[in-house]
Amino acid sequence: MSNQVSEAPLAPDDTVIVADSLSKRYGSASAVDKISFNIKKGEVFGLLGPNGAGKTTTILMMLGLTEISSGRISVLGYDPARQPLQVKRRVGYLPDSVGFYDSLTAVENLAYTAKLMGLSLKERTLRIADALKRVRLDDVAHKRVATFSRGMRQRLGLAEIIVKKAEIAILDEPTSGLDPQATLEFLDLIRELKAEGITVLLSSHLLDQVQRICDRVALFQAGHIVLMGSVAELSVQVLGAGFVVEVEAEGVGIARRLATIPGVSNVETVAKDRFRMTAERDVRADAARAVVAVDGALRRLSVDEPSLEAIYARYFQGKTPGDVRHAA
Amino acid sequence: MRREGSPFQGLGTVFAKELTDNISSVRMLVLELLIVLTALAALYGAIDNLRTNTAEDPFLLLRLFTLSSSPLPSFVAILGFLIPLMAIGLGFDSVNSEFNRRTLSRLLAQPIYRDALLMGKFLAGLATLAVSLTALWLMVIGLGLIFLGVPPGTEEIARSLVFLVIAIFYAGVWLSLSMLLSIVFRSPATAALVALGIWLFLAVLWPMLAPAFAQVIAPPDPRYMALGLETPDTGLWSQFLLRFSPNDLFGEAMLAILSPTTRTLGAVFLDQLRGAVMGAPLPLGESIMIAWPQTVGLIASTIVLFVAGYILFQRQEVRA
Repeated sequence: MSNQVSEAPLAPDDTVIVADSLSKRYGSASAVDKISFNIKKGEVFGLLGPNGAGKTTTILMMLGLTEISSGRISVLGYDPARQPLQVKRRVGYLPDSVGFYDSLTAVENLAYTAKLMGLSLKERTLRIADALKRVRLDDVAHKRVATFSRGMRQRLGLAEIIVKKAEIAILDEPTSGLDPQATLEFLDLIRELKAEGITVLLSSHLLDQVQRICDRVALFQAGHIVLMGSVAELSVQVLGAGFVVEVEAEGVGIARRLATIPGVSNVETVAKDRFRMTAERDVRADAARAVVAVDGALRRLSVDEPSLEAIYARYFQGKTPGDVRHAA
Repeated sequence: MRREGSPFQGLGTVFAKELTDNISSVRMLVLELLIVLTALAALYGAIDNLRTNTAEDPFLLLRLFTLSSSPLPSFVAILGFLIPLMAIGLGFDSVNSEFNRRTLSRLLAQPIYRDALLMGKFLAGLATLAVSLTALWLMVIGLGLIFLGVPPGTEEIARSLVFLVIAIFYAGVWLSLSMLLSIVFRSPATAALVALGIWLFLAVLWPMLAPAFAQVIAPPDPRYMALGLETPDTGLWSQFLLRFSPNDLFGEAMLAILSPTTRTLGAVFLDQLRGAVMGAPLPLGESIMIAWPQTVGLIASTIVLFVAGYILFQRQEVRA
């Protein structure tokens, strides 16, 4: 294609999405405020944050479905505001709680969008059959979508992205409202997309799922990106260390004793006899010794890999609760 | 800021899909049955009437459209009343149902502009209406042939074709109005109620209210009243106000087209009557000239309402 954005490229070749102080205002309220990020080809990037933090608005701006108030965004080198058709030809979008025409079958629903993509009859028949097999809906291909469960609808939405042979898949809250089994299946499908080299952008407020599949995450709050990076980077940045050890033990002065263990940066008393230690190494053995030393009764000892949950909780702990509420 | 690519990309696909939906929908079937049954009753009355007391009439076929035998109104009057219902039935949930089904953002994420979606839906609706009206038209001609046994003349066919075109645009006004409402209101029920309210107001209440308003604006002159005549000013105002209703425009245009003896749709000036042979039919061209302002009015309202909906739809946020 020759009609790439004429302005100087914003980023190196392997970057597929570049946002540069992107903003969206509704009247005086600002939904997205000067966010900037780069997404590299083939990575799984998670947008997370509470509902209303600006994730969906950011996604819609990427697709040219809502106007940009200020700033710049480029998707695969195209400007979504000026060249939305070029962008939408290459980007697949699975909206939050996707809908289909209930009176049509799965194949008919996909055929309609495939026609809108401009695929020929032969091409779309092949691609639809293949995509439905990939998302394991081939046995219900000719059933009306009205009978589909939520998980099946989400998979059908993913099939649409596969039919499109999209270079970027944008998934908005893909697993919310799914049962655990359906969630696992869906996450597997996302991994398959990644294995094919498709860049996946996914928004969610379900932290542990994001952590399981995302290479990098951006944490949204009230229209800002407050944190961005891989989970390991963020844990060092926010928690200050990589390991969180939880001790459940009864006894006097355990917290004080635990704090003296070398490498422990912080001991937090979660409940009367529960303590959470942050450390730069696995300090379980020392903790056990410490509890025994003060004659305490050790009930449980566990270590957490750095989790987004902890990062998230810790990050917002410092903020006044009011701030967080407004974002929701 | 100029956008790239054709706004009509995907138009054909949307059109085909919507047309299939419209024609196969139960709703359309019910509306068509309603219209066909009432129209048949009106036609039966007209045919009965024509068979018993036909003088030599050069426009026998056109009489089928306009003749009313009480208690039934004429075929044209029934269409004037029911076409809006059919158009509203097609349009009232065209955009908001996509929102509520949450299919809109998925569709707009495909490489098409919103223009194609809205235009496709509108054209599909109009095509559906055109198909049904053409079928009705053929039914009238067919019944006329069977029961009256007189083959229609060229001019009769031409006039009834003009009738068909005007009727389609009349349907277009109501289709674009109901689509506009389906963009404004997120709930299809609200959109339908508002559309039906406007329809009842314009079809039933406005013909009563307009003369009342006219009397307020231009009070009747007692000298005319003494003679039992309508005051010209009041009459003009009343007609002016009535013409805000598409129903009235349709009725006037039909009068001019289907009753070839109609010389004017408003007040008559003396010099217009000079040299006129009363009761002699006008040529088709002249009749079209008389109906032209009304026809343009209908076409223009269709376009204006569609554009209003188009602008609103372009500015609407996609997220539900």
